Formats: sequence, structure tokens, C-alpha cells
Amino acid sequence: MTYPTQTDGTSAGAAPRSTVLSLRGITKRFGALLANDAIDLDLRAGEIVALLGENGAGKTTLMNILFGHYVADAGEVRVAGPDGALAPLPPGSADAALGAGIGMVHQHFTLAENLSGFENIVLGTRPLWSPGIGGRAARAKVARIAADSGLGVDLDVSVSRLSVGEKQRVEILKALYRDVKVLILDEPTAVLTPQEAEGLADTVRSLASRGLAVIFISHKLNEVISLCERVVVLRGGAKVADRATAGADRATLAELMVGRSIEVRHSAPRGVGEPVLTLDRVSAAMGRRDRLVDASLDLRAGEIVGIAGVSGNGQGTLAALLAGLAAPRSGRLSVLGEVITGEDPRAMVARGVGRVPEDRHREGSIGAMSIAENFVLERLQGGDFQRLGFLARSRIRAETERVIAAFDVRCSGPDAPIRLLSGGNMQKVILARALDGRPRLVLAHQPTRGLDVAATADIHRRLLDARDRGAGVLLISEDLDEIFALADRIAGIHHGELSRAFPAGSLDQRSVGLLMAGQDPGIAA
Amino acid sequence: MIRFVRREAVPFWLSLAAPVGAGLAALLLTAVPLAISGAPIGRGFALLFEGSVGSVFALTETMARATPLIFTGLAAAVAFRAKLWNIGAEGQLYAGALAAVVVGTGAIAAPPFVLVPLVLLAGAAAGAGLLMGPVFFKSRFGADEVVTTLLMNFIVILFVQMMLEGPLKDPLSLGWPQSEPMVDEAVLPKLVDRMRVHAGLLVAIACAIASHVLLERTLWGFQIRAVGESAAAARYAGVPMGGTLLRVALLSGGFAGLAGACEVAGLKGYLTADLSPGYGYAGIVVAMLAGLSPLGVIPAALFVAGVFVGADTMSRSIGVSNYLADLVVAMSLLCVIVGGLFARYEVRFVRRGAQA
Repeated sequence: MTYPTQTDGTSAGAAPRSTVLSLRGITKRFGALLANDAIDLDLRAGEIVALLGENGAGKTTLMNILFGHYVADAGEVRVAGPDGALAPLPPGSADAALGAGIGMVHQHFTLAENLSGFENIVLGTRPLWSPGIGGRAARAKVARIAADSGLGVDLDVSVSRLSVGEKQRVEILKALYRDVKVLILDEPTAVLTPQEAEGLADTVRSLASRGLAVIFISHKLNEVISLCERVVVLRGGAKVADRATAGADRATLAELMVGRSIEVRHSAPRGVGEPVLTLDRVSAAMGRRDRLVDASLDLRAGEIVGIAGVSGNGQGTLAALLAGLAAPRSGRLSVLGEVITGEDPRAMVARGVGRVPEDRHREGSIGAMSIAENFVLERLQGGDFQRLGFLARSRIRAETERVIAAFDVRCSGPDAPIRLLSGGNMQKVILARALDGRPRLVLAHQPTRGLDVAATADIHRRLLDARDRGAGVLLISEDLDEIFALADRIAGIHHGELSRAFPAGSLDQRSVGLLMAGQDPGIAA
Repeated sequence: MIRFVRREAVPFWLSLAAPVGAGLAALLLTAVPLAISGAPIGRGFALLFEGSVGSVFALTETMARATPLIFTGLAAAVAFRAKLWNIGAEGQLYAGALAAVVVGTGAIAAPPFVLVPLVLLAGAAAGAGLLMGPVFFKSRFGADEVVTTLLMNFIVILFVQMMLEGPLKDPLSLGWPQSEPMVDEAVLPKLVDRMRVHAGLLVAIACAIASHVLLERTLWGFQIRAVGESAAAARYAGVPMGGTLLRVALLSGGFAGLAGACEVAGLKGYLTADLSPGYGYAGIVVAMLAGLSPLGVIPAALFVAGVFVGADTMSRSIGVSNYLADLVVAMSLLCVIVGGLFARYEVRFVRRGAQA
């Protein structure tokens, strides 16, 4: 099915605004893959445009061309100069793009971990030989931008000690500090609470009202609809829609992106059984920052409990407890009827805990190893895949081929290095490893971060299947859409304190936002 | 403009071609100092070639020299696969040699089929034991094993010198600091009559094959590779970190210890403080040339040994310094690092836009 390209002029009544950025016929091929197919995009001052598309639709390629990281095979990028006239941007030069006032906040951070937030912000804006790192003027400017944008973060500790959410705030400040004319935000709200996201939306609106043009890349369609006035949808490298947001709803946009209808319907749990996980006033800590204080929680077989919160508030510790990477310092932790006192990831797997880690690249997979090796990684200790210490290679291959088919992993075969897979396919392998042994307790920590709509739907469906099979699922997520799509009960986590779990039906976005901020939503459980 | 684009997968032929190309490039680059020193380049290279593989004598000499290099190459390759940076093969080699001498100079009377394995075992145990200290400090306190293993080398060599001046000194050595000779039952048999190559070579090759099988086909090898590729993911998956590190250290130190034991029991017959001309360090080059593949260590060790042996011949005949051998080996390490870059990345020449 094809969708006609819809074009819409400026919103009625607005003053005519000058075009600050114009892409014409941008085409880029990687071998046989047509990543960008003659894409046109115009951006006017003060406009907030959403760029939508699944992973692989060509968004990243287009932004990399705009940013000078790639050179387009055909087409032209033109940017308004100081006089307002459009001039071609030299291709393949990131310096030129920066100089022309194009700024980007990347989804994957580009911060120097060993420097402070402030140093990261001013880094590169001052000549190398200037003494010190930034005078009072720079500090004042950063403080003003931070106050204006409402992006509060401690700028004087080293970035390595900041949480994911705080790092992203530094990234946004960094771009704002550079006086950009065009700001590209790649999934900026993925790590913010609803209140913070609303705050950022206000910031973006006020920046836009002062003439900043914003390209907003997001998978959160509600956000796109409320914030952006225009939406550009890419699919398979081509532009399939360029229309006003007014009159569009989530389903329309999702269908434009995927090309077919995709809805995962949350169903009521079939029946809740025995507790599979009990925390009774458990305190624990991972390193200095992330800790859990006196947390109590019950998770029963056949239900999904969602833990909502901004990362860095204790989720890491909670996940580590279930993964077997941390032990309680006080209180009682009981997993599948066994009281846990020590750290032992292997024992957790053996007990029947399926674990999906937060960071699929760092903890979830070994990039250089094959899909098969990654699949059997945590199950080798048992007798299934080894005999007298030798790997049962044909068995490993056969089992991997079976799960590749069962979990619909798109790959060239079990021997392909897992790093070559897309995020969604890599996550499917990790999910296959966690769920294939039919675990009775499942830990899903940010299971769909950075994944596209279709992969997300697939992973949600499998977690619901696991629940319906009788597993208790602990879902830790920053994505409220995900929490509401899956959870039967929802608890908030804030500064290491876990709230009570409320039935999902009794909560709305606002009350979950209050839970994430550590406040009582005022609802009887 | 030149761009480096990472290859999705390194093709097999390229993983072979890169080290071979690096070795050849290193030899070619050596022509420069050779020319500067005024030597005839063509004849120099001919002599180098002849001296390393040109006769039965040359060939067996190369193989004899390659034997300790295979062991130390394996010591580095196995450890580096787990990202255990054992730079202490030199010291572990001497520890192995010392243990071989202690066991094999008359303390135990036994027939060869008992004593020879005992000597090798003692050497391996001493080398492995020496690595236990750094491994303990690494896992307990996070001490950097590069520093601790490197410094251990100096301690061990000084300790060997002390032993050779003291309790282990051969009273019949006319004052030279050397140990008593190995008893006949402890000596490794020669492979070719009147040549120096000995059965240690076969032990070395067997160790390389066993290491390959271990790394590629067994649970322990899988865990070693997993820990090396990503410690965080391995830990998450429940790979026993301490046990894996310990096994790697035992293997790595054991191989280095075997290098020393075989040198004493197969080649020299007694221990001196100049037993090794840096085999421990050269083993790192061998391992890198081999791309950390245990099987690749065999040809890499033969290449490095051939350069050493051939350069001796060349220096004797045309009067250039045999330090040229060190130069070739050092250059081949640099070239293999560059070669590895070309294997992993594709070089693309991109024409820049006309704009300034």
C-alpha cells in the first residue's frame, strides 16, 4: 500500500517565516541499500517539525548528511546565512554544519566522561590556548540557559557520575550553549519523567517562539502530536508523508511509519498466582549513586508489575538484585521461594529467572561473538550444551536456529556476529535467551529502549505471552507508554524509594508522574 | 580525502594476508638501514633467507629457536584473549628453567619417561605459580597486571642470578655462574642427528593445538573468550570470573614456564642467567603476528625465529650488526598493528566537494 505525500503550508494566521534550512533531493546509497531516496525537507524559523520513521527508515542517515558526517550521492543542503539568504552547505564537513548553526543532541551521548558537565558544555567553544576552562561569563551564560530551559543538573561533578537522564540534560544544554539556529533532538525525552518532558516541551516551544527551528525525532507519538506542528514521515528511505500534525492521531502516524496497522492490546491477567518475588524492607546499593532504600514489593505469578521512574533512582540496584549482581544489605529478598543473601548471577538463571538487562550492548550481549554463542552464554553451565566440558556444537546450532525462527530474528544465520544485528533483532536474541527456558520470574529492564515501533510491539507481545504462561514479570521502564501498555500494577521509584504498587487502571499519566517524583498520587491501592 | 570504514566482517583470506604482508613489509623497510650501512641489499636478503631456511642446519636452527617462541607466544596469546595482560613471560620462563634445573640435575633418579615429564611439569608449575601473585593482586585489589608482571621479570632474573652464584652454582664450572648440567635422563631427545632441534618443538606444537581446541571447542575456552570480549556481559551471564581468570593465568604462566624448562632440558643442558635473549617479550610480538590465534603462533614463531637466525648469518658474512634482527621483529610488530587496521577497516578514497 502506498500513501500519497501530503503537503501542508504554514499554519494559518502565522506571520510568514523565513526558511532556514532546505534539503533538496537528498539521495544516499550504501551498497544495494537505498538509505535516502530523493528526500526534500524545508524548515522555517520557529517551526517544530517531527521526523518520524522506524529504525532503518533513513532518519539517521539524513541527519548524518545534514551534519556533514556523510556525503550525499545526490541532492543539496542549503542553510540560511546571516543575511537570511539560503546558501549551499559544503557537503561532508561537520565544522561547516556547526558553523552554520546546526546543533544536534544525539541519542547516544557524546560527552567526555571524565570532565564535569560545565567543562563538557564549554568544551570546544574556546581556543585551545586560552587559560582555564571558562570565565565568569561562560558560567553565567550556562546558568541562564539552565534556568530558562529548566534543565537542572549538577554541572560540577564529573559526567561519569551522572545518571543517563542527567547526561542527556547536559547534552541539551551543550547544544543550547552554542546558539544554534536549527536544533535536532534525537529521542530527547526518552529518559525524562512526564513532568520533565512537559518542561522540555515548554522550553522547546519558547525557544521556537524566539526563532529556533527544531527537528524533533521521537518514537513517542503522543508527544509528537502535542508538541510539533508538522510531521515528516520516512519509510524505507523515502518520504511518505509531510503534513500538519493537526488532525493526526497515534494510529495514523504509526500506520504511516510501519506501512501496516500494529496494535498490541493489553489484556487483563488470566489469574494471579503465588508470589514469585518478595522484597521486604530491602536496602541495597550499586556503587555510590544508585541505591534502594527499604523497598517492599510483591510480584505474583501471572502478573506484570511496572516500575516507573527516571533512571538513576534505584532501578539499577533493583535490577541488579534480580540479576544476581547485588545482594541486599538489609531486609529480606525472596526469589521463587528462596531467600537471597549473596551475589550469584548463575544461581539466578538456575532458579528460573529470565533476565533482560538495561544495556543490551554492554551487559546483554558480546558483540564480537556469534548469535549462537550469545544465545547459550548463560545456559552453558548446565548440561544442555556441553559434554565433559566440550561444547555440543551441533546442538547449540540447532537450538539457535530454532529460536531464530521462533523469535523471528532477522539475521544471516547463527554464526553471524551479534553486533551486526539491528537493536531490535539483538534484543530479540536476548529475549529469546531469557524466555526460552520458560522462566517463572522475568526481569525486563528497559526492554525496548531505542527500538522502533514494530520491534517494540513484538517484544511487548512476548512479555505478555510470558505473563499469560504464568510468569511474574517485573518491568522497569522510563517509558510510560510502555508501562501502561504492559503493566497490571504500577509502582514508582524515586531516590531509591519504591512506592506501593497501584492497579494500572486506577492511574493516569499524571498520577504516575507524581509517583515518579516520589509523591503520593492520592489513590487508594 | 581518505576515509576508514569499518568492515562488517574480516574475510578469512585477509586475516591471513595481513600478518604475511606485515612481515614482508617489515623486511622491506629493513632495507633502508641496510642501505644506509652500505651493505649490499640483495646479497643481505639472500643471506638472511639462506641463513634461516637455506640448509638442513639453518632450518633446524630456526626450528630450535622457534620452540621457546611458540611457548611464550602461546603464553601471550591465551592471556591476551582473556584481556589478562601478562607481560611477565620472561620471568616465568626463568622460573620454569630454574624449576627444571632443580628437578633435573640429579635430585631425583628416575628413567627418562618419568623424569622428562617431571621436569616439564615442574617448569610449567613454576611459571604458572609465578603468575599467581599478580592475579591475586589484580582480583583482590585491582592492581594492574601489566605493571606487576613486568616488574616480576626483574625480580626473578635477579633471583636466578643469586641462585647461580650461590646454592645452584656448579662447583666444576671454573667460577662461571651456571648450574650443574641436567642428568642424561632429564634431557629431551634430539629430533635430527647432530642438530640442536629437540623434542620440545613437538611439545610446543602439541600445546598450540591443545590451546586451539580448548579455546574453540570447550566450555572453559568459551568462558575465556567471553570474559576477554566483554567482562560485563560475561559477568551478567554468570560466567565465573575468578575461576576463568585463574585458569587463563595457569595456562599462560605454564606455557612460559615450559619455554624455560625446554630450553634447559632440550638445548642448553644447564641454566645460566642469559638463557633467554628476550623470548618472553618476543612472545608478545609472536602472539600479535598470530592475531592471538594459538595455531597462528606456530608460523609466527617460525618467522621471528627465522629472522633471528638468518640475521646472525647475514651479520657474520657482510659485517652488519645482528641488531638488524631486532629491527625486523620490531618493525613487523608495528606493521602487523597497521596491517590489522587495514584488515578491520576498508580504505575508501572519497573525492571532496569543490568548496573550500
